[in-house]
Amino acid sequence: MSRVVFLGPQRFRPTLVDVLDRLEVDGTVAAITAGWQEREQEVDELQDHIHRELVDLRLYERAEQVFFKDPELRDALQNKQRRLRALQTLYRQRLAHALKAAREVMCLDGREAFVREHRQAAIRAIRTLDRQHLTRVRRIHSEFDEQWTPTTRPAVASHCHELEELVARASVVAIAGGHVAILINRLRLFGFARLLARRTLVAWSAGAMALTERIVLFHDRPPQGPGDAEVLDAGLGVVDRIVALPHARRRLDLDDPVRVALLSRRFAPDLPALLDVGTELMHDGRRWRPGHKARALAHRGAVVELKRP
Amino acid sequence: MSHVFETFLADSPDAGKIDAFLSGRTVPLVEGDRVTFVFRAEADAVNLRHWIFGLPSSQPFERVEGTGLWHLTIDLPERSRVEYKIERVRGDEHVWLMDPLNPRVAHDPYGANSVCYGRGYVTPPWVQPDEEARPGSLEAVSVPSRVFGEKREIQVYLPARFRTRRRYPLLIVHDGHDYMRFASLKTVLDNLIHRLEIAPLIVALTHSPDRLNEYAADPRQADFLADELVPTLTARYPLIDRPDARVVMGASFGAVASLSSAWRRPGFYGGLLLQSGSFAFSDIGKHGRGPALDPVARFVNAFREDPRQPGSKVFVSCGIYESLIYENRSLVPVLQQAQLALRYVEARDGHNWENWRDRLRESLSWLFPGPLWMVYE
Repeated sequence: MSRVVFLGPQRFRPTLVDVLDRLEVDGTVAAITAGWQEREQEVDELQDHIHRELVDLRLYERAEQVFFKDPELRDALQNKQRRLRALQTLYRQRLAHALKAAREVMCLDGREAFVREHRQAAIRAIRTLDRQHLTRVRRIHSEFDEQWTPTTRPAVASHCHELEELVARASVVAIAGGHVAILINRLRLFGFARLLARRTLVAWSAGAMALTERIVLFHDRPPQGPGDAEVLDAGLGVVDRIVALPHARRRLDLDDPVRVALLSRRFAPDLPALLDVGTELMHDGRRWRPGHKARALAHRGAVVELKRP
Repeated sequence: MSHVFETFLADSPDAGKIDAFLSGRTVPLVEGDRVTFVFRAEADAVNLRHWIFGLPSSQPFERVEGTGLWHLTIDLPERSRVEYKIERVRGDEHVWLMDPLNPRVAHDPYGANSVCYGRGYVTPPWVQPDEEARPGSLEAVSVPSRVFGEKREIQVYLPARFRTRRRYPLLIVHDGHDYMRFASLKTVLDNLIHRLEIAPLIVALTHSPDRLNEYAADPRQADFLADELVPTLTARYPLIDRPDARVVMGASFGAVASLSSAWRRPGFYGGLLLQSGSFAFSDIGKHGRGPALDPVARFVNAFREDPRQPGSKVFVSCGIYESLIYENRSLVPVLQQAQLALRYVEARDGHNWENWRDRLRESLSWLFPGPLWMVYE
């Protein structure tokens, strides 16, 4: 298993260098900033912060090159994305009703057994919907991979070989946040599930989401719509038993016990981990170990501090 | 009347007690849905002058016997926001004053008004400067115009982290300078982009030296925007050169100019944001709003007859305390006929810039959805 550290957002109070120091990283840091899209190569601040040699893996740019050189694969990827979007729309429609029902039932007074049963059933319905959706998403990915084997196509393979060498030479791979769908698609295109196995990884925000088993999109107070958290995609699954919730303080209504409890129970037994500024959470290859400011959502509808060992 | 004020009055107030009562107190006094205005002056009469359509525009205060203290209580529904002045009458002298006991002030091109917040109204946090939000920049651009026979100077807002490698949607704003000064448009754009609630966009802040004519459904305005302004901007900036990435907006006469320009150029704009439009019409009788609105009424009559499809998404907002609420409500079924995506929002507010400011989040985030759900930096 990989050794993984999840951090909170790094823009205002970066803590990456502290983690690298503690991990005694003295070699190269390979950086993945594809989530920044067209700003991918603007890594000067990151470079200044870490006080180490940084190799920019440029996955966003490499993907653009692949799309240019291999239009057949590009079209196939776009077609896959269209299928995924259509699937997401259907899932979202069903999810909206299921979440509305669950919130209503959870707001009901009553400790009688039948009320509890209804609450549990409402949450079970959402969990089933999430699970079925993720299964369908995974099936679309695996069908695509079987048909196209992207990493074997010349336009991709040359990058994969180069990336494999760069990652192998690096002491640590740092994965920044940004656009989570663009990031996971680039990581998947270049076969990073394999490249990141048994490596030391430090990831924050969307970077952390991409390493988990499922990517959950969330915002409780969006300007449009009801703010229904939804499963977007499978992550790389480098780590398990966690749902990464970056910027939780800003994006979640943590004072609303119904919303907090629902989100927590929906993804149980995975740890719904809040990744806010200053947070640190480590996975040693077997289990999660809370670091600074590690917090999670609890079933009873509150936020709890995770005890450090 | 406010319970606090009623109790105070029952104690036979003198000058000292009035001083003590007013010291450190926020005025007007808001209790539930009742608002009590308080004014202290030597006067023959005192009136509340406001712009709440449907109420007499002048409402008399009552004097507290033997003192220079005046008061007036009105009902004001939850989340209302009302601008007002106080009229002091001494002999033949009628003076309109800002409320000296109320620090809340709203500015507009004609000056300023005092503001009363009803219970539950809160100034949205996204209109206040946020130090975490990266600021966009402003550039001056000169647009040669054959239509108007002169150059038109506009301002262009570029979002923070603007990159020429990326392409951006375009928002054209009528009365852009006023939106910047009185509706905090730059701060709002910076904040909503920072919060990922709207897409990074380029904004053309236009203004007219003769808005009462040019914005009154003048066909030249439609030509200027489509044939001169947009091509100039497209040549200079990395714009997404498609109708669905092009929105035109305005308030009052600016909303008329927006709708008229889009109606005259079907398929050119994807979206419209129309705030408190002066959509006078006379196809079922006189509009009664003076000759300046005659050309507007001719246009709106034609629009009501044949709305075409001015855009694929239209957001309309109006305050229920403005007289234009009737015209704006009347526009809704006409737009519904046009088979476009329509959002219509009413607010408990009047015909003023802060009403238009407060609607910017829900309207712009619908017209230019941001990457909120996808981006986690």
